[in-house]
Amino acid sequence: MRRWLPGWLGAPRLDLPLLGVLLVIMLGGLAVLYSASGEDGGTVVRQAVRLGIGLCVLVGLSQAPPHILRLWTPWVYSLGLVLVAATWVLGEGQGADRWLDLRVVRFQPSEIMKLAVPMMVAAYLHPRVLPPGPRDFLVSVAILAVPALFIVRQPDLGTALLVGISGCFTLFLAGLRWRVIVGLAAAGVAALPALWLVMKEYQRDRVRTFLNPESDPLGDGWNIIQSKIAVGSGGFTGKGWLNGTQSRLEFIPERHTDFILAVLSEEFGLLGVLALFALYLFVVGRGLYIASVARDTFSRLVAGSLSMTLFVYVLVNGGMVAGVLPVVGVPLPLISYGGTSAVTLLAGFGIMMSAWGNRKFVR
Amino acid sequence: MRRSPVNKPLKDSLQEQDGFRHRAVIGFTVIVALFGLLAVRYAWLQLWQHEDFTTRSESNRVQVRPVPPNRGVIYDRRGRLLAGNRPAFRLEIIPEKSGDLDETLARLGEIVTLTDEDLERFEKTRRRYRDFHSVPLRLDLDEGEVSRFAVNRHRFEGVAVVPYLSRHYPYGELLTHVVGYVGRLDERDLRQVDRDNYRATTHIGKLGVERQYERLLHGDSGVERVETNARGRSQRVLQREDPVDGADLVLSIDVDVQQAAWDALGDHAGSVVAIDPRDGSVIAMVSKPAFDPNAFVNGIPQADYQAILEQPRRPLINRSLNGGYEPGSTLKPFVGLAGLELDVVQPEQKIFSSGRYFLPNYDRPYRDWRKGGHGSVEIRRALEESVNTYFYQVAYDLGIDRMHDYLAQFGFGAPTGVDLPGESSGLLPSRDWKRGRFNEPWYPGETVIAGIGQGFNVVTPLQLANAQAALISRGVMRKPRVVFAVKGPLDESAHRETAPETPGVRVVNPEHWDLVLEGMRRVVNAPRGTARNVSLEADYVIAGKTGTAQVFTQDQSVDYEQDELDESLRNHALFIAFAPFEAPRISVAVVVDHGGAGSTVAAPIARATLDAWLGQERLMGYRP
Repeated sequence: MRRWLPGWLGAPRLDLPLLGVLLVIMLGGLAVLYSASGEDGGTVVRQAVRLGIGLCVLVGLSQAPPHILRLWTPWVYSLGLVLVAATWVLGEGQGADRWLDLRVVRFQPSEIMKLAVPMMVAAYLHPRVLPPGPRDFLVSVAILAVPALFIVRQPDLGTALLVGISGCFTLFLAGLRWRVIVGLAAAGVAALPALWLVMKEYQRDRVRTFLNPESDPLGDGWNIIQSKIAVGSGGFTGKGWLNGTQSRLEFIPERHTDFILAVLSEEFGLLGVLALFALYLFVVGRGLYIASVARDTFSRLVAGSLSMTLFVYVLVNGGMVAGVLPVVGVPLPLISYGGTSAVTLLAGFGIMMSAWGNRKFVR
Repeated sequence: MRRSPVNKPLKDSLQEQDGFRHRAVIGFTVIVALFGLLAVRYAWLQLWQHEDFTTRSESNRVQVRPVPPNRGVIYDRRGRLLAGNRPAFRLEIIPEKSGDLDETLARLGEIVTLTDEDLERFEKTRRRYRDFHSVPLRLDLDEGEVSRFAVNRHRFEGVAVVPYLSRHYPYGELLTHVVGYVGRLDERDLRQVDRDNYRATTHIGKLGVERQYERLLHGDSGVERVETNARGRSQRVLQREDPVDGADLVLSIDVDVQQAAWDALGDHAGSVVAIDPRDGSVIAMVSKPAFDPNAFVNGIPQADYQAILEQPRRPLINRSLNGGYEPGSTLKPFVGLAGLELDVVQPEQKIFSSGRYFLPNYDRPYRDWRKGGHGSVEIRRALEESVNTYFYQVAYDLGIDRMHDYLAQFGFGAPTGVDLPGESSGLLPSRDWKRGRFNEPWYPGETVIAGIGQGFNVVTPLQLANAQAALISRGVMRKPRVVFAVKGPLDESAHRETAPETPGVRVVNPEHWDLVLEGMRRVVNAPRGTARNVSLEADYVIAGKTGTAQVFTQDQSVDYEQDELDESLRNHALFIAFAPFEAPRISVAVVVDHGGAGSTVAAPIARATLDAWLGQERLMGYRP
């Protein structure tokens, strides 16, 4: 089959099953976005352009050998750290200072850290003997914790959590000992009250609302209730594309960004939701498979942790839309409207493709 | 042990890969499990709770809105508009969407006039509804206010200018006491109507025909099922059940006659009621002074209302229905008829008037109005000259209870049953009444003065006009009717209201009735008649009776010159009249507050009213 394709696409560096499923997700996402935006072609085109840019980045990164990527990693990480710090000082955004305006493009530097942190941890662990010892463990924790703390201060709890988790996944996949993992988990649970103390008031409100949305159905509970109504009223087969009343009559908040899954659930029903989950599951599984056949430690850890992080996106976003997790600003990967997130995600898949291209052919 | 304690361990690529695969499998298993849980959650919402959420989604989507019917309009007998609907604009606020309400109101106050009453009423209305309900703040905005708001609209989320139909009364105060007015619907009104039907209604009839015929005028409210977005803006109408507009009413009032009577009253306070004796329809019903009903439609400022309340001549009182007057000599035709019909006096029997009348064993004189008396008079002359002594004697011979029972047949002492709210019943005294009211026995002297319409007697102008109508139609009693016809919105053919007949007056001998009516003809037409001035240059024959109502009880032994009295102590002037004598087509009662003598003040007003009606009839091609 390869001979029917252009040379670069046929190159062994691109994993066609993964790329195909990603394209299916993105195209489906654009269709949902068209409905969620109230049939606004402009929005869809803008998003398509961003996805196109993301795909270019993907292809570009897939051509880079893993060792080159590994050598860049400290620079990317440092740059990201500086930008996150700069955002803290200069940024602008809706209530939270997440955005950095570079005149040409406005973007969220914290998104870079979603890639840079697992890469940095992996790059650090790459020459080390695994599973990591106490010293390596502490250095890794520092690598992931410093940017996470910066991002928490922005404040953007959701992104900070994802950044931290992606680093943790790297450690987990590197073979961190179970007793350490269990110990950390216990410490995390114990630290929850402390987390409550550092939270901003609006974040606490979100948690309160999450615990009891009906207490304020027209205020903070509105998002959760309307989202659940949209999902529930979708039923098994959904109301049909462009026919979701909750979405078209603007009852669903943030319907083309964080709550786009509610639109999909309403219009395509449980069938649509299960199909989407299946596609994501395939992506995650395929990513882990790519990681397991990667030639070097760096590629293996980065590809593995990015795959697992993708799942966390879906879980947190899907849980929020279904009213089982609090409202945190986590987009639905490749479907939610937004440039930085899409490009970052596709860049991550580019790194996976690079690992695939340099995989071991022989066990 | 995988690494030796001595040597620095070496990286083992294969072993690492195995370890990784082990962890990846664990991770993927957990991920599949969590995906499963999430899928179960979606299935729970979308399958098990589907019906519940579908209902909630539908109630989100569809709002049921009541649609107010258009209020029926009111015409006079000749089709002139008395109460209509004028396009106007009002300001409405949805409190939930307007943000800080106090601040919004303050800013609105810079653009439109908002009185304290507006704010107070808004506050009251607001509490009746949920926060997403649109609540009216100011009615009847003027053009300047509408355009100023249009320019500033973007500054006011949740505030809107809404077109509506505002009631207006082109004739103003001329017809206030008949047509009445509508005012803003309040909680008290809502208790008396079907709330569902008034959900979209802002005004309700408060007085007069507007109140009496509220049910017909209002109509039935409709319902609209509207698809509405999250901000409450309607997207499209899904289903509509049209309201049934209120019925139009045609009143029997003739504006020309009403105006003539109004003008004839001049600066006097008083009342004129004119009834067509042939069908009981009310032709004119004037109460003066009155007030402009238009001021009440959109809420009258407290200060203006206070000013109306404090006017000494009390414009809020409808004198035609609620003015309680002593009938005075206007009661004499009825007392005389009672004497003849009940056989206490014979048609040609004469009674001698010396100027003073004494009861047996009493030395208190009861006087005639002419010193020295009128000589011997029978019934016709007694009416013509209004001879008190004749009626003193008849009343005394009848006794108070027989007189009461007979006069009650003419509707005295009870509401006439006119189709207007709040009518007074007046007072027709009897032994039982006095015992019940004062726990006192009846004195013979009280019977005597009751015979000339004094003492306890109280009548309303409407009662007088209606009793006279019964007199001239030989005992046929009708409930007076203001509404002549009802025109349903679908039924173009007007359905005519006929005045129901009530048990009439039993006729013993029609000749007795002829005698009394002849006496009334002489009042106006005979040389000694008390109202000769009325018939001047009339091309039809008028009959009537003058009357004077005492404002304060005079000592019968002393003469007062009415002109010398302070106006507020002067007698009320009364006159009842009908015409043409041969085939009466109008029965008029005139009362002029503190007018003095009935003949000089009240009679010309009656004449003007008769002229207006009979002249109209000629214009309209009625037979002469």
